[in-house]
Amino acid sequence: MTLKTTLKASTAALLLMGGTQAFADAHATHPVTGEALASDQTFIYRDLDESPSIDPGVAEDTAGGDILRDLFEGLMNQAPDGSLIPGVATGFEVSDDNLVYTFTLRDNAKWSNGDTVTAGDFEYAWKRAASPELASPYSWYIELMSLENASAVIAGEMDTDTLGVTAIDDTTLEVRLTQPLPYFAQMVTHFTTFPVPQSAIEAHGDDWTKPGNMVSNGAYMLTEHVPQEKLVRERNVNYWDNENTIIDKTVSLVINDENVALTRYLAGELDRTDVPAGQFPSLSEQYPAEAMSVPLSCSYYYTVNMTDTTNPALLDANVRKALSLAVDRDIIVGNVLAGGQKAAYTFTHWATAGFETPDIPMASMTQAERNEMAKSLMAEAGYGSDNPLSVDLIYNTSETHKSVAVAISQMWKQTLGVTTELDNQEWQTFLETRGNQDYQLARAGWCADYNEASTFLDLMQSNSGYNDAKYTNAEVDELLADAKTSDNAQANYDRVEEIIAMDTPIIPIYHYAAVKMLDDDIKGWPRENFQQNWYSKDLYKVAGE
Amino acid sequence: MFSFVARRLAVAVPTLLILVVISFVLMYAAPGGPFNSERPLPPEVLANIEAKYGLDQPFWKQIVNYVTGVVTQFDFGPSFQYKSRSVNDVIAQGFPVTLTIGFWSFVVAVGIGVSLGVAAAIKQNSWLDYLAVGISIGAQVLPNFVMAPILLLTFTLWLGWLPGGGWNGGQWDHLIMPVIALSTSYMASIARITRSSMLEVLNTNFIRTAQAKGLPMRRVIWKHAMKPAMLPVLSYLGPAFVGMITGSVVIDSFFSTGGIGTFFVNSAFNRDYSVMMGITILVGALTIIFNLLVDVLYAWIDPKIRY
Repeated sequence: MTLKTTLKASTAALLLMGGTQAFADAHATHPVTGEALASDQTFIYRDLDESPSIDPGVAEDTAGGDILRDLFEGLMNQAPDGSLIPGVATGFEVSDDNLVYTFTLRDNAKWSNGDTVTAGDFEYAWKRAASPELASPYSWYIELMSLENASAVIAGEMDTDTLGVTAIDDTTLEVRLTQPLPYFAQMVTHFTTFPVPQSAIEAHGDDWTKPGNMVSNGAYMLTEHVPQEKLVRERNVNYWDNENTIIDKTVSLVINDENVALTRYLAGELDRTDVPAGQFPSLSEQYPAEAMSVPLSCSYYYTVNMTDTTNPALLDANVRKALSLAVDRDIIVGNVLAGGQKAAYTFTHWATAGFETPDIPMASMTQAERNEMAKSLMAEAGYGSDNPLSVDLIYNTSETHKSVAVAISQMWKQTLGVTTELDNQEWQTFLETRGNQDYQLARAGWCADYNEASTFLDLMQSNSGYNDAKYTNAEVDELLADAKTSDNAQANYDRVEEIIAMDTPIIPIYHYAAVKMLDDDIKGWPRENFQQNWYSKDLYKVAGE
Repeated sequence: MFSFVARRLAVAVPTLLILVVISFVLMYAAPGGPFNSERPLPPEVLANIEAKYGLDQPFWKQIVNYVTGVVTQFDFGPSFQYKSRSVNDVIAQGFPVTLTIGFWSFVVAVGIGVSLGVAAAIKQNSWLDYLAVGISIGAQVLPNFVMAPILLLTFTLWLGWLPGGGWNGGQWDHLIMPVIALSTSYMASIARITRSSMLEVLNTNFIRTAQAKGLPMRRVIWKHAMKPAMLPVLSYLGPAFVGMITGSVVIDSFFSTGGIGTFFVNSAFNRDYSVMMGITILVGALTIIFNLLVDVLYAWIDPKIRY
């Protein structure tokens, strides 16, 4: 090579290297807020456990979802407040009957290897996720979206080509539904709907998710993955919005023990970690700018077995209602959990989009009034000091669940004279026991799959596979079915919440909060995103003082 | 000697086979399965998954398929929990980590333990002796799950000298805390065993003879006393090895090293049958080999022992 060529080549190389660091240096201040940016734009956070998979069609856990939202991009994204913003699609149109969605894709969306992202990539991904060969544990999401022929395809009765999604051309994707779900558009922000690179999958098979083999269309590429240790993703310069992406590198460290994670956070090794149970009050006093508690889209409740294998007393609605009334939820959220959670009198989380918490009579009483009512209901049912009631409560092994259960059993004892047998079971065993209705009362938690009330309330349907209580109420079934097509679903949801507050198939206890320590140099965290769906591309690190 | 080793290896094969069958039976007897979750899978999805992993076949057939795969192709099957990885992947990644930590823990435990024990025995009832015994008793009451958080607080949070965990390809600063935590209580036991056994040996006739003949103390120790003194230590090494393997579970988890310890525990919780089986076989094979090594060393040290 001549001197000139060498110089040209090295300049080009330097520019390319510098280009990846370019953002923080070139824009030493944030373009919108003007804050001074740190020169090292790396975000390091803790995960509890290694994700079962980072293949979008197969992934199943929230930690995997966090990783996938950085590596891939779906049709739509969520803004920091949870509303829909364009992703690979610039927008969509809905047919008059609300059964056909037509997404228009942008033409400058690229994979990390330079190929263009096309509608065909989405069609391939969705059909693959539903295919019996892939046997994805999340294929039910395709069914939940109500795509045409989804159930038949998953069961292997029809070919995957018949699935209700077609790429009309490279930038147009048509989706055909069997039900006019009002919340369908929200569902395409979920990772199961992300596109996957057909060429990489065909070339590498199951190994396509390894760094070096993986091709991604998100703001980041997978550069390192050591299972049970760490996963590193770095800037994808081919991402269509790379110019506005500030964080260069995100690292997730797997740390099983939350106290070890907190120690390492305090030592400066992490920028974000979880707050161990009960430590939020002291940590928010010591580190007020770092301790954070925001609503999270899950509800915690006790489910009542309403089949004939249960304690016969629990089949009496008065008994169930009394047990629910006697729980002092303010003590649970204020003293036992102390993490910013809120008391729950409904199943649906109070912060769910479009959901106005209805006025449940129980919610506006004082605890003394509730206890009175509980006692009289119990007496009516025929239980009291001469005929004491004894119930069994199971929960999966965890210090938090134990504290809550002990507190509630005490409340039942003191107010109603009810004796509670507490039993904790290891997770898998617990799932078996509860799934087989081999319990009387069991602890449960449910998280939203999409930001709308039916994601919770559909569990109350008699034919729901997740209805562990086996609760059946014809009016509830009718209301929920009607809500799918109705213009004013909120009225239906209000009525369903009222009915279940009367029937008490579940005893709602609290609505979750995400309780974390977040370094105050990290800005842009979507505190208002109900599902806590965050994207590294929305974050940035300011220069420390 | 050769026939002895050959016989032991031959017996190892049926031993491992029995281990496989018993583990299989116990695993399946536990309630729950790899595909249970808080949100139970719809039946058709579950059917697809079970077909993919061969769980819909009769129990005996699953064992046969598994053993055939292992014996003919060294294929330990796919992981049920980590959907795109095979057990071979998991072990290939985790085993070197645990092996490195285990090896260095051994070196430290034996090296320091023996040195402390010998020093204490030579200078019996001196300050060195009391110090060594004191250290070893103190270390014995600090099991690894107590040492680990203490080390983390001291070296990562308060002093900031060492990283709090991770492996980073085996960088030396990631090794220090796991090795110290794992080796401490074994070092203590080895020190005490060495001390008492060395004391016994030093009082024997042949040592007195050597000293009477005018040999320097160093020669007496290294050339004449060490070998017989090591015999009890060697017997202890077998259980120590097993202890370090099981102890590595805590250490791997605590320091997020990505070693097989974490996979072992998680596979039990997740009912990841193939990973559990794979690691059980691995640990079983290692125990057999290690015990064989110990027996061979015995014969080398003491010419009177012949098999």
